[in-house]
Amino acid sequence: MEVNVTREGSNLFVAVDGRVDGTNAGEFQDALQGVIEEGDKLVVLDLGALSYVSSAGLRVVLLVAKELQRQSAKLAVCALSDTVKEVFTISGFDKIIPVHATREDAVEAS
Amino acid sequence: MADKYKILVVDDEADVEPLVLQRMRRQIRDGRYEFAFARNGVEALKALNEDHDIDMVVSDINMPLMDGLTLLEQIPKVDPNIRSVIISAYGDMKNIRTAMNRGAFDFVTKPLDFEDLQLTIDRTLDNMQAWKEALSSRDMLVSIQKELDVASSMQQSILPTQFPHTEQYETFGSMEPARNVGGDFFDVVRLGNGLVGLAVADVSDKGVPAALFMMSSRTLLKGTALGLGQPGAVLREVNDLLVQDNTTAMFVTLLYAVYDPDSGNFTYANGGHNPPLLVRPDGSSEYLQTTGGIALGVAPGTSYDERTTALGAGDMVIMYTDGVTEAMNAANEEFGEERLQEVFRQSPPADPQSAARAVFEAVHAFAGDVKQSDDITCLVLRKG
Repeated sequence: MEVNVTREGSNLFVAVDGRVDGTNAGEFQDALQGVIEEGDKLVVLDLGALSYVSSAGLRVVLLVAKELQRQSAKLAVCALSDTVKEVFTISGFDKIIPVHATREDAVEAS
Repeated sequence: MADKYKILVVDDEADVEPLVLQRMRRQIRDGRYEFAFARNGVEALKALNEDHDIDMVVSDINMPLMDGLTLLEQIPKVDPNIRSVIISAYGDMKNIRTAMNRGAFDFVTKPLDFEDLQLTIDRTLDNMQAWKEALSSRDMLVSIQKELDVASSMQQSILPTQFPHTEQYETFGSMEPARNVGGDFFDVVRLGNGLVGLAVADVSDKGVPAALFMMSSRTLLKGTALGLGQPGAVLREVNDLLVQDNTTAMFVTLLYAVYDPDSGNFTYANGGHNPPLLVRPDGSSEYLQTTGGIALGVAPGTSYDERTTALGAGDMVIMYTDGVTEAMNAANEEFGEERLQEVFRQSPPADPQSAARAVFEAVHAFAGDVKQSDDITCLVLRKG
């Protein structure tokens, strides 16, 4: 699992590569918490290169969403593969965390 | 369990002591349990203060001088490691919930079913043992592996080991834990009026905190199921209880169903879990329509739709966790929903146990040498 960060103003884009499961969810959490800064208003996780996410990975996404909410910022995800999209749909996470096709859509909707 | 455990039974009814001694005589003779008795909370506290060998308390709620709920508050002051099980009136959710908030590990309902009481005692003692190991491992600051081992034995201790079956229906469930990652559980609960509640769940994390979250999910589910009945209402209630103060963002996906053996109606609600598979006697199958709920512990005030499917003679419902459908092979492919249907198309199983076994075998054959990365759980109901 790797994360690559791009910042545009108060928008932070985090591209996640590889798989996130119970074995590396802690690493994923540290990585996300490490790159998010106080001034960030919108964090978009670009999951285009994420091949698999387990419920332990979803927990990290939820945790970060809650943290952002406390600093009046938002979290969105984009570019989900079919496999990852299914995980979001079955768990109902697509009802809590905005899912978009592209980074631009995510910014526009925020 | 090799050790001998001492259990304090607290009840103001005079016939409880001879009844317990008679019905538990085998466990007493085998040296597994030793019993002590008290008639109210005051006597119980006195006994706990004087006798430090007592491992667990089984207490009635309504008693003179000091009731069971007050006793629960006092027990940790004597010894925080003592586990308590409460005896409540059937479906008395208010007291059950209060008892759990005050640290009760589990509950049994009146009239006492001694088989159930014995299973509950065993489960509680297993869990206490695991918890004691957790404490000592924390004290020794040993490896994460040790914590995971402890979490795994806590997980095993809450799973049912006996499955109701009658002429009308049969059930069977099993869980194969993955090393290092775990969080699945399932339960089969006999509700009132001959109904049976079935649950399959997957907690989002690993380790001791996740195991504790799993235990409260399971006990809240069982208590709410007995009190409320309708799957949608049960999930709504459990979600609201779990979501309170959930700062860790842990959650649980949970499929809960109520089966009515008389009508054959299978009514289910889904909290972010995989859809159940309905398998016909000829081996054909279909996934039951999803009800679109959110995982429990995530969002307050979530409501859960429910659906009902009428089962025909010999129909089976397969409830499972994503450890089945997301099992990977060497080519990084997932086992998937279609392969699960294929398991039954080739050879329709005769009973729930062989159905579950067929699922495990198919997943293992598919995965080959690839290490199992998640718990695999399968719970099967068959209409007779």
